[in-house]
Amino acid sequence: MTDIASPTVRISARPASAKRDIGIKRRYAAERRFRAYGIAAISIGLFFLALLLWTVISNGYTAFQQTTITLPIEFTEKVIDPKGERTTDGKVLMTANYPLLVREALVKQLGIDASKRPLVKQATDMVSASSRTLLRDLVVADPSIIGKTVPVTLLAEANIDSAYKGQIDLKVEESKRKVKDQQVTWMNQLAEAGVLKKSFNTGIFTFGASSRPEAAGVGVAALGSFYMMLIVLVLSLPIGVAASIYLEEFAPKNRLTDLIEVNINNLAAVPSIVYGLLGLAVFINFAGMPRSAAVVGGFVLTLMTLPTIIIATRAALKAVPPSIRSAALGLGASKMQTIFHHVLPLAMPGILTGTIIGLAHALGETAPLLLIGMVAFVVDYPGSPMEPSTALPVQIYMWANEAERAFVERTSGAIIILLIFLVIMNLGAILLRRRFERRW
Amino acid sequence: MNIMSEAAVEKALDQKMNTVPYKMIGKDVSVYYGEKRALFDVNLNIRENTVTALIGPSGCGKSTFLRTLNRMNDTIENCRVTGKITLDEDDIYDPTIDVVELRARVGMVFQKPNPFPKSIYDNVAYGPRIHGLARTKADFDEIVETSLQKAGLFNEVKDRLHEPGTGLSGGQQQRLCIARAVAVSPEVILMDEPCSALDPIATAKVEELIHELRTNFTIVIVTHSMQQAARVSQRTAMFHLGNLVEENDTDKMFTNPDDQRTQDYIMGRFG
Repeated sequence: MTDIASPTVRISARPASAKRDIGIKRRYAAERRFRAYGIAAISIGLFFLALLLWTVISNGYTAFQQTTITLPIEFTEKVIDPKGERTTDGKVLMTANYPLLVREALVKQLGIDASKRPLVKQATDMVSASSRTLLRDLVVADPSIIGKTVPVTLLAEANIDSAYKGQIDLKVEESKRKVKDQQVTWMNQLAEAGVLKKSFNTGIFTFGASSRPEAAGVGVAALGSFYMMLIVLVLSLPIGVAASIYLEEFAPKNRLTDLIEVNINNLAAVPSIVYGLLGLAVFINFAGMPRSAAVVGGFVLTLMTLPTIIIATRAALKAVPPSIRSAALGLGASKMQTIFHHVLPLAMPGILTGTIIGLAHALGETAPLLLIGMVAFVVDYPGSPMEPSTALPVQIYMWANEAERAFVERTSGAIIILLIFLVIMNLGAILLRRRFERRW
Repeated sequence: MNIMSEAAVEKALDQKMNTVPYKMIGKDVSVYYGEKRALFDVNLNIRENTVTALIGPSGCGKSTFLRTLNRMNDTIENCRVTGKITLDEDDIYDPTIDVVELRARVGMVFQKPNPFPKSIYDNVAYGPRIHGLARTKADFDEIVETSLQKAGLFNEVKDRLHEPGTGLSGGQQQRLCIARAVAVSPEVILMDEPCSALDPIATAKVEELIHELRTNFTIVIVTHSMQQAARVSQRTAMFHLGNLVEENDTDKMFTNPDDQRTQDYIMGRFG
């Protein structure tokens, strides 16, 4: 019973004209403009991404190559163990004059007069000082090697490495560069003889910190990062998911929970260095945990990651259609059963994505780690999370501060390694998503 | 479970509904959503093995009343129910009554088909599984098959029991939801506009199904369609603005209602 149908009111139709201006052109133009903006925005983004990758990769790919010098080293007993005490005194093999072996081999290889000290010095400078430990480890591992002549692959010194890779401008006046003309001549001579050559640099993955670029690697830092990721995952996923489920499904909606929600959202935006200060105050100063240990770093990063995971999880839980909850409750499922049988599995892809994004964020975090002393010069692999270690991004930060040319490429190389880790983690997230989404 | 034989039901129908015993009794039921009162002292009884239709304009409280019958209103915050509702002899709002147990006795089918994103088999088996109604796989298979048969769906899906329930058509999904509710062997099934999202053919199938289910279950259905109420129900209750206007035999309700407002609503004068 409405008035619309009553005959007194008549809506007069305008005479239909073929050329009515209803702004079609304008609307299409607006749409085209909007599309153009979108394409421009994406292009700019892609351009900078490409620029970043280009810079990093073009600077860093050479870090995965290392110049080596293979010399027949004569392990003479006279040099290593002149008094014949090695069976009684363990220190003899540790403290022997291994660089002398290298010098002798080099002098022989290059055919230099051993009495010309400056020349010999220039020659030995071509080989990394890390050769001492390399030879020592060989002898300690197998003392029967003493007295034999064995070809050993030694690392070239960083400047020779750079020069051989063509990174040092040899046209510059000799006194203004670190590689001398004589060394360049020897380098070419050794390269022609097949003694000096480039090979894949496994050291960058396995070595720890070192002030010599050729002996520096991200191995220790990667292990430290791995410990921390493990701690973050094990702590933040269960705590974050449990907190989200409680807040989203069980907690009464009142001022206190509102306050908690606001605080969680704020915590997600707190600068990470503040978490570092918190970790320093609570875990190290108050709880007395060891400094620069992965366990403290893990705890700090957990605190930093929790808000991200909680927010992502709550969003994922909220996105589960209420009809699914009603269906389960209507069948007589308890609240717990409804959540764990239906809501949580449906929210899983979202939770995992949030978690992995949080983890990736934590993996790339540097600032809080500086404050808890993880910016340390760690040479040895940490046997446990309680021992001093460092982290990948911190290693990058430390290398970026170094002056040598060889550290420039290593910095970029370490960034490439970090990026590969991140890509792998994101791939993992995508795969997990696919797996869980296929469940229905 | 009180299951009357079909003959008894038919006989009872012949003798008019007044003689059929009550399955659920609602006395002075009021519902508040926070400050807002949605139901005003409703006295409505549900008869056993009968389809009771709840009709009325939108927002009149019929769905609210329906949801008080298995305490689905508990899940809504600030919702408060006063009065008394009994199922057989049990006061369902008594603190000693477990809501999980109640919902196993009073099942529900919703407006929009809402199968779980699992296989057809798991959809039906879920209720029996959580209530421990079956132990062996053979028991489950049997429950799934009979439930699907009762919902008239078995022949359509028997070859794809392990495909997702969400892949079925809307009408099939709704019948799957009915099968899921039936699998728990409830005494009462509540249906909240079960056909509003379905096309006429699917609607006809569901209505036919409701008719058959009456022999084993007590059914309460909320509907917006007058014709549907007339087709499927034996008793009809008319709500308006949170009040129960009239409750009567469906035949009488649609031919000669006692209340003028019912007459007006059925004739389409308001709503």
